Amino acid sequence: MKSPKFGVVVFPGSNCDHDTYYVLKKIFDLDVIFLWHKQSSLENCDVIILPGGFSYGDYLRTGSIARFSPIMNEVISFANKGGYVLGICNGFQILLEAGLLPGVMLRNESLNFVCKDIYLKIENKETVFTKGINGKSALKVPIAHGEGNYFTDENTLKELEDNNQIVFKYCEQDGSITSSANPNGSIRNIAGIINKAGNVLGMMPHPERSSDSVLGKTDGSLIFKSLVNNIFN
Amino acid sequence: MFKVKVLIKRRKTILDPQGKAVEIGAKHLGLKNIKNTRIDKYIEFNVDTNNKKAAEDEVNDYCKKLLANPIMEDYEFTLEEIK
Repeated sequence: MKSPKFGVVVFPGSNCDHDTYYVLKKIFDLDVIFLWHKQSSLENCDVIILPGGFSYGDYLRTGSIARFSPIMNEVISFANKGGYVLGICNGFQILLEAGLLPGVMLRNESLNFVCKDIYLKIENKETVFTKGINGKSALKVPIAHGEGNYFTDENTLKELEDNNQIVFKYCEQDGSITSSANPNGSIRNIAGIINKAGNVLGMMPHPERSSDSVLGKTDGSLIFKSLVNNIFN
Repeated sequence: MFKVKVLIKRRKTILDPQGKAVEIGAKHLGLKNIKNTRIDKYIEFNVDTNNKKAAEDEVNDYCKKLLANPIMEDYEFTLEEIK
């Protein structure tokens, strides 16, 4: 089976780029390269990952300046042609600012930076990122963000629901969706959404931080595994 | 050259957690009548042209594409000619 080539974009202020690279290279033994944000070529990558961090110091609004980095023109046209893009945390915020996904991120309702393990319910198991993840009521994956309070207007929300674009929701360990499981005030407990075409996923939790058994949790690796298994099928 | 003052306001329908938290501080201070605290953004910069229309166009572009997020924010600005 052919394996996809991954590109991890490095913005000034990215800080999960090496974690992501490490997981793909050392845990999955995949072809992966770094892509500097000033590059204008995606070097024939099959999947582009916008990693977590604090690109441009989170100035103005999270992701708002990174969205204009030169490589983003390529990422946008790649995504519009059906290329696979995964935005994690700050990467998700950049995807929102770039208009590749709908909605905005507000400051966490508590105003605190929240860094802890949470549980994720997979709401859509038909995406390349989630297909084949079975036997788990919830995935244990860490979050670490100050602005993860996803918000969008009622019409867009309805569209997301009608098109099955909500992929992950914050939940309890048993998979039940409760307000106490919501760490940031996100509307409908949303933790991750996908575009209509199904090739651009944004998620606040960090699967790359829960992919190496040395760290005591590996549920995040299921998302990368799903992607590798399904991308060329 | 024009000096530009931009005010970016979060839409009224969108929650402002910062404003809410600051208002809790007001309550703790004993200020009983403070209501609807909203924290917005105020940005200043210069536009290096003598053509007012061109300056306005560039400011609108800057606001729409970068300074404000039209999904959740509105903006207004003033231009003042300087030497």
